[in-house]
Amino acid sequence: MAEVPLLRATDMTKSYAGVQALKSASLELRAGEVHALIGENGAGKSTLIKIITGAVEPDGGELRIEGKTVTNNSPRVAKALGVAAIYQQPALFPELTVAENIALGVEESGMGGRVDWRGRRKRAAELLAQVGARIDPDADAGDLTMPQQQLVEIARALGADAKVLILDEPTASLSEEDTQNLFNVIRTLRERGVGMVYISHRLEELPVIADRVTVLRDGRTIDTRLMSEVNRQQLIQMMVGRELSAVFPKREVQLGDVVLELRDLGCAEGGIKNVNLSVRAGEIVGLAGLVGAGRTELARAVFGLTPVDSGQILLRGEPVRIGSPAEGIRRGIAYLPEDRRRHGVILDMQIGANITLASLDRISRRGVLDFKREKELAGDYARRLGVKTPAIYVPVATLSGGNQQKVALSRWLLTKPSVLILDEPTQGIDVGAKSEIHALMTDLAAEGVAVLMISSELPEILGMSDRVAVMYGGAIVEILDRADATQEKVLALALGHDAAEVASAGAD
Amino acid sequence: MKFSRYKRELSAALAYVVLLVAVGAAAPTFFGAGNLRDLALNNAPVLLVAVGMTLVILVGEIDISVGSQFAVCSVAAGWLAKEGVPVALLLPSVLLLGALMGAVNGALVGYLRLPSIIVTLAMLVAWRDALRWVTQGEWVQGLPPDFQWFGLGQTLAQWLIVGVALGVLVAFSWMLRNLGAGRAVYAVGSDAEAARLAGIEPRRVVFGVFMLMGALTGLAALLNAVRFSAVPSNAGIGLELKAVAAVVVGGAAITGGRGTLVGTLIGAALLGTIGTALTFVGINPFWEKAIQGAIILAALVSDVALGHFERMRVGGLTLKTAGASK
Repeated sequence: MAEVPLLRATDMTKSYAGVQALKSASLELRAGEVHALIGENGAGKSTLIKIITGAVEPDGGELRIEGKTVTNNSPRVAKALGVAAIYQQPALFPELTVAENIALGVEESGMGGRVDWRGRRKRAAELLAQVGARIDPDADAGDLTMPQQQLVEIARALGADAKVLILDEPTASLSEEDTQNLFNVIRTLRERGVGMVYISHRLEELPVIADRVTVLRDGRTIDTRLMSEVNRQQLIQMMVGRELSAVFPKREVQLGDVVLELRDLGCAEGGIKNVNLSVRAGEIVGLAGLVGAGRTELARAVFGLTPVDSGQILLRGEPVRIGSPAEGIRRGIAYLPEDRRRHGVILDMQIGANITLASLDRISRRGVLDFKREKELAGDYARRLGVKTPAIYVPVATLSGGNQQKVALSRWLLTKPSVLILDEPTQGIDVGAKSEIHALMTDLAAEGVAVLMISSELPEILGMSDRVAVMYGGAIVEILDRADATQEKVLALALGHDAAEVASAGAD
Repeated sequence: MKFSRYKRELSAALAYVVLLVAVGAAAPTFFGAGNLRDLALNNAPVLLVAVGMTLVILVGEIDISVGSQFAVCSVAAGWLAKEGVPVALLLPSVLLLGALMGAVNGALVGYLRLPSIIVTLAMLVAWRDALRWVTQGEWVQGLPPDFQWFGLGQTLAQWLIVGVALGVLVAFSWMLRNLGAGRAVYAVGSDAEAARLAGIEPRRVVFGVFMLMGALTGLAALLNAVRFSAVPSNAGIGLELKAVAAVVVGGAAITGGRGTLVGTLIGAALLGTIGTALTFVGINPFWEKAIQGAIILAALVSDVALGHFERMRVGGLTLKTAGASK
């Protein structure tokens, strides 16, 4: 251990708008090792990576590269120090040729420099040969397949003399064969002394490719272990071993009839396959899964945002076709979208107008708005949800994140929905607002609303749900009862492991 | 609170008052009845088109084909009158024709999702050249006697034209504020996807707004045409610029979601008065366009400055709220 590690990040902290993404994350990378970095959605992997690549400035902690402390990190500084990152979605310029794309990362001449076309092509060909790729340097990058584009990116990183290579879920959309190719390239790089941080949700491939593994949970580094010393179940336990400290205001509710039922629902555009699910009045069904498992896509299909092309949606036993959100709302469905900053509320609009936006019919007579009624209703809901604001006629942009989310939720409650779909309802909001929203969900269930809650937070899923449906690859792989659902089981299913394994994980 | 919400309109109004006071001091004859009447009459058609343009800009689009639509409607009104269509039927015919041309834009922009600047640029050229080809550049002459001034006599018709323009402005202003549809216009312009998630159909709103734009252009063309004894085949050149400028000077955001028709009225008045005012003060009217350009730039720059100031204030408020909720 005397040798100086290639990269060492110590006690990194970072918070975004009051929410702590990293509490104390550390990572040590040696030259010539493949170091796996794993953790649930939101554990802080991307934030840590962004700090290393200089995209994000940490609040605290120390970053050393080859023993030297890095100050004033920026993408430019990180690149000069030999850090390169390759993301799941290749970031090449599709209109430029392969050689030009590689040159962009490698050539240092300024805007006025002249292009040495021949040298550029030759170097591109050499670098591509080093990663074992047979790709024409003159081809347009946009015409390459995804795995080919990845190899071009790796070649570019090599050309820039990268010593630290970060691979963010590189195999997420690769075939078995392409994955093996990539692994061969990774092994070659390892022999050349490149240190690689390897992020993946595919735990089964880690023993094949990784030397060590670091587990992040809730923004903290839990442990770093030799890959040969841990098995998959131990890894899962390290990932989820989160204290269920928060008390969830869950109440026993008398369940009513099935309100929403999905039968063999499929939607090619959203990648949804054969989904069967039912939600009863008063029931909260949690929809768990990794980002990209199809949870949001499923919600969008039910709400009429993406066309359903097979199967059926039934409301109170009656098959319905929902072609647009307007139709969904008329049928009593409400959908609180994820990422309220983007489309959950209209930031420039007043709080009152935001709350009534989906219920304009209810506050107007023959199309003419009744401002008095609007003020009453909006004020009513703003009070009921505890929106902290001096007045309801200020723009929503003036509110904090948690209060914006309450406005978004008020809008949907005012429509008096019988089915309420919540997509990451408490993501990125402060603790107080979070538990208020949880309490509200319980109240709604008690009033007989059928609630479908998408969440990436396992404690929230386990704490609030009567049943947990776990999605993987666009399908629901298992539906667990509240009593049977554990963090380990849900995570293992979300990672795509089969039921038998899950059973043994539970017994562990 | 109320004042700060309309500060863009207020600053345009202030500029207008300053202009009027300055001109009044330098050349009191500016406020003669005849001059004021001419100003109102000349600007009434522009105001009508600017009302439609306000709606289009509020939903985050733009229509630069209105000048050509205006020409088509003018010529069509003349032809229909010559064919013996009674004056009472001219209005619905021209409204319909305008609405149809607007619907073409609306369908292409709303439903096919083509960028409005390109669609309406194409229409600007297409309608204008089609009209030139059909008319061979000839004016519509030999109109029936009851075409000019609607056969109502000059004074009454002049009051009517100005009254209709202001009435339309008031009506649309009321609708924008009081109808669910008006709310939808603002919502779509602020964030079309968020509006869609709230059950509004942005495509329909965009289509409807372009159709109204066309109908209002038709109305403006008719009210303008009856002032003369012949209809020129090249009417309305540069009308789109006047309308867009009035809306922007009136404080609307070119990106959509913010603006009022009162602002547009002030903007149209300010830009429409400048040229005449210059003549009265004795400045060469060739400066008119340059000064109008400067006013538009000033409006945009002050908008950016105000926006920046607002964000700073909003930032402070957010911090306070977050602290209070802890």
